Amino acid sequence: MNLDSKTPTGPLDSKWTRYKSECKLVNPANKRKYHVLVVGTGLAGAAAAATLAELGYSVAAFCYQDSPRRAHSIAAQGGINAAKNYQNDGDSVWRLFYDTIKGGDYRAREANVHRLAEVSTAIIDQCVAQGVPFAREYGGLLDNRSFGGAQVSRTFYCRGQTGQQLLLGAYQALSRQISYGNVKMHPRTEMLDLVVSGGRARGIVTRDLETGKIESHTGDAVLLCTGGYANAYYLSTNAAGCNVTATYRAYKKGAAFANPCYTQIHPTCIPVAGDHQSKLTLMSESLRNDGRIWVPRKTGDTRRPAQIPDSERDYYLERKYPSYGNLAPRDIASRAAKEVCDEGRGVGSGGRGVYLDFADAIRRLGQPKVAEKYGNLFQMYERITGEDGYQQPMRIYPALHYTMGGLWVDYNLMSNIQGLFVLGEANFSDHGANRLGASALMQGLADGYFIIPYTLANYFASTKQERLPADHAEFQRAEKDVGERVKKMLTVKGKKTAVELHRELGQTMWDNCGMARTKDSIQRTIKRVEELREEFWNNVNVTGTDANLNVALERAGRVADFMEFGELLARDALAREESCGGHFREEYQYPDGEAKRDDEHFAHVAAWEYQGPDKPPARLVEPLHWEFVKPTVRSYK
Amino acid sequence: MPSSVPTKRQLTPNSLPPGKGLLAWTLPVFSTTVGSKLLVGVTGAALTAFVIVHLIGNLKIFSGPDSINSYAKFLKDLGPLLWIMRFGLLFLFVLHIVLAIRLKLRSRSARPVPYVSEATIQASVASRTMIVTGLAILAYVVFHVAHFTLGWVQSVEITPGIYTNMLDLRDVEGRADVYTIMIYGFRNPLVSILYLAAQGFLFVHLSHGVASTFQTFGANSPRWQPAIRALGWAVAIFVCVGNSAIVLAVWTGYLKPLI
Amino acid sequence: MKLFLHVWRQKDRTDPGRMETYNAEDISPDMSFLEMLDEVNEKLIQEGNEPIAFDHDCREGICGTCSLVINGMAHGPERGTTVCQLHMRKFQDGERIVIEPWRAKAFPVIRDLIVDRSSLDRIIQAGGFVSVNTGGAHDGNALPVPKPNAETAMDAAACIGCGACAAACKNASAMLFVAAKVSHLAHLPQGQPERSQRVKKMVEQHDQEGFGHCSNQYECEAACPKEISVKFITQLNRDYLRACVSAKD
Repeated sequence: MNLDSKTPTGPLDSKWTRYKSECKLVNPANKRKYHVLVVGTGLAGAAAAATLAELGYSVAAFCYQDSPRRAHSIAAQGGINAAKNYQNDGDSVWRLFYDTIKGGDYRAREANVHRLAEVSTAIIDQCVAQGVPFAREYGGLLDNRSFGGAQVSRTFYCRGQTGQQLLLGAYQALSRQISYGNVKMHPRTEMLDLVVSGGRARGIVTRDLETGKIESHTGDAVLLCTGGYANAYYLSTNAAGCNVTATYRAYKKGAAFANPCYTQIHPTCIPVAGDHQSKLTLMSESLRNDGRIWVPRKTGDTRRPAQIPDSERDYYLERKYPSYGNLAPRDIASRAAKEVCDEGRGVGSGGRGVYLDFADAIRRLGQPKVAEKYGNLFQMYERITGEDGYQQPMRIYPALHYTMGGLWVDYNLMSNIQGLFVLGEANFSDHGANRLGASALMQGLADGYFIIPYTLANYFASTKQERLPADHAEFQRAEKDVGERVKKMLTVKGKKTAVELHRELGQTMWDNCGMARTKDSIQRTIKRVEELREEFWNNVNVTGTDANLNVALERAGRVADFMEFGELLARDALAREESCGGHFREEYQYPDGEAKRDDEHFAHVAAWEYQGPDKPPARLVEPLHWEFVKPTVRSYK
Repeated sequence: MPSSVPTKRQLTPNSLPPGKGLLAWTLPVFSTTVGSKLLVGVTGAALTAFVIVHLIGNLKIFSGPDSINSYAKFLKDLGPLLWIMRFGLLFLFVLHIVLAIRLKLRSRSARPVPYVSEATIQASVASRTMIVTGLAILAYVVFHVAHFTLGWVQSVEITPGIYTNMLDLRDVEGRADVYTIMIYGFRNPLVSILYLAAQGFLFVHLSHGVASTFQTFGANSPRWQPAIRALGWAVAIFVCVGNSAIVLAVWTGYLKPLI
Repeated sequence: MKLFLHVWRQKDRTDPGRMETYNAEDISPDMSFLEMLDEVNEKLIQEGNEPIAFDHDCREGICGTCSLVINGMAHGPERGTTVCQLHMRKFQDGERIVIEPWRAKAFPVIRDLIVDRSSLDRIIQAGGFVSVNTGGAHDGNALPVPKPNAETAMDAAACIGCGACAAACKNASAMLFVAAKVSHLAHLPQGQPERSQRVKKMVEQHDQEGFGHCSNQYECEAACPKEISVKFITQLNRDYLRACVSAKD
């Protein structure tokens, strides 16, 4: 397999401009003849489906939710970055590009990231035109805030609901195209297989979640916009339905899966309350601006927080990272929390939590001021935990939040399978080993609104159109495989539910292949995942039938894919013998605990190619070239 | 040979666009729920205005027979205008009821399967019983018209043994003696109890209806809402207390017949 | 905690459905309501029965998927809270809880507690958008928006499209949902060109879907997990009136 990134040559800041002027176009009269299948309707999917339909293509869009408006992009709170420099504080396309590359620990492609920074400004204009109610200053102009330790204020936001508002903007654009008949929307429909023939993506096989009907959809191109795989860890901040099935099925049909080990942990989530926990809830990181993080100095100190005097508290972030203190980057703050909890100094039931204390802030600013800044977060915390964050310190713990890895794509966002495009969190392309705050929304919309319209046209115009009929043998075979797999799950009739097995999978992934990993722990993960997979297919209990809405069956299908994918993630983590971004190998760190990157051996993208059911996948490498920036070691001391 | 030159100018008489006619913009008002509700509001407001004017007329009884009887004569003397007003009122009344019932039937079919467990959080009793209070008022109005306007219900026995139709009573100036009619009317316990009950229904109906009309017209706002609510209550109380006062005055003997 | 659940079970769209009773035992007060149902479902599957189907996704109160009527209240007893954020500590040990799906003609039940809410999507498709194609938008700062207007637009735009307003309304009216979108766009300059067409079309579609009428009882506001104000219905009424009497279009 050839992992050619197809990056245009020439100076960095004119690559995309040149691509746009040189790429081939499809005659407007012919666009209608091209059928595009868009899977997933989050920011990337809804934006792509709407934009392509506006251009005249025949689009069919699919989502597992009951409405395209419910995709998990909706949950993003913080904001969206754009290099507008409205604040006149020195921001520029170059600076956004550089911050993103550096934040990604030099593991992303320069040209892709620069293009992302370039189109970021157009996203804001587009969203404003759609009626997204961005926060405004008193003069009526757009407001910005600084986010995630950035030195400039480049984040646009709609209160704490930026993802929701951006998604609704895209959803409304999509709704408009649905009403014109340019998009055929298939809600409650899950993609269960990709159909590939002659090295090209020909369509997908779906299951109607209400009727259980398995159907083929044929198209000239397939766009996967299906998000990340954080739910491989069972507990994450992702929605309950988020899954890896679409991208993993594509992987099994030959698409390379890149960098699955890059997973991002968010440090300020509400801790797990017990075994019943079904998901984790993120609280905005802005809490760390005024809250102080601490644990008791002694292990097993069960006193109430107010009874622990200052001298017996360990403000460990302030102690270890005096210059950044409580604002240390996400991964550092997360790992530090894990360390103190591993030492037995964690707080709350189960001992997996640290205090986030606002007592000093309340003394300094007064409770009303604190409430004004963070009131909604305190409310959210109280709703979930039943505790009052003003009276006693909040408890927080890191949780899995975003996944940087995904299907490998070239500069056109096309995977190694012709005609299979991957957008948004589902691809691997722009964030390297770690994503900056407020960049996920930017990438999803950039891919959907501004990149795919050009690259897809270029693909169509430079390839012969030959759409297969939906009753082609390849489709029939895929339908049969999907149907058999569904039936097989129903016939096991074992002792454990899919949720139980998923929880066990998540436990082993989190404990051994989570925030910090070692060769040993990863090998344990691989072994355990194999066992669990074995157990799944012999001992899972899925009740009901496949002929109607069956929530147990839906869940089992997704868990089955996580059971395979978890191993792939672990294999990637094992092979990457360095620490970078969201991937931390305990063997590779500086004496002070800083991640030790190995640019000599690992300055590359690792993409995994499926080899068959019982063979280990092949690790392919796309070297990263540093033409314009020079990798440096980051330090937050 | 006929000439191909037009003999008349083929231009439309004015340069304004033809428009789609009255129906085009009235139709949505009748066909949608929001439009129908607007009409219910408009007719409701007009009926409320009528009720208030009617009450003010009734209250003239407290300033003596001459006052109320001359007012009655003034109305009677309007002649055809009175009939236009009566038919207008009837039209408003029918429209108000028909549209309200149509909306109610619609909303009934909007929830074919009811909840097993029903709960109400903030909807007032009045708002939930508009159709009941409305129909009760309708029933009473029919009775009221039959009673005081058509004189079908009650005869009066002024001289023992001689029964006169209420409407035939005349005062010294030969005008219809509304003053006496009302007093004799309310001396009948059944009539006055029905009357008071109707005032109760009207009170409940108006307590929601008046404020609700502002909301329907889009003339509500969080700042004005307390004032609008208060106005609704004020109108409801004014109508109810004002009308009931006449009955009580008759019962207590404050208002007595002259003959 | 131990709870007695009365749950609506219905196999598919055509099944008439019925209430069934389940015991939920060993329930922790820290569980969310949906986690409590997860527990019940796990037991049901282990006993070989089909789990209770209910809609849920993000479980953090923003996606608008969860949709349960608990003891007659859409999203349950806690104000401004979706059912996924409702926790069991709000209930008492031994309590009897009735769980039903959204009830409206426009929300047909497709299984157990799951309803089809595509009617809400069709209302948005009828006009709940600004007709701009991607590309060609002028600079985001070219058109200032007064802060109070932007804030009001955001208040309305916070709607998560869950349908609780229609579920709670005595008339099964989704007017708060329609009003939220109409008002969101009516408060921004970008929404002005299509303002009167939008309100007319969305109201028409709302009626066609079989929702009832608004009779100003404000149960919707009380049930709305995002506490969207009925002042937006006032705005809708105003805009509708204006659209009907305006000489244009």
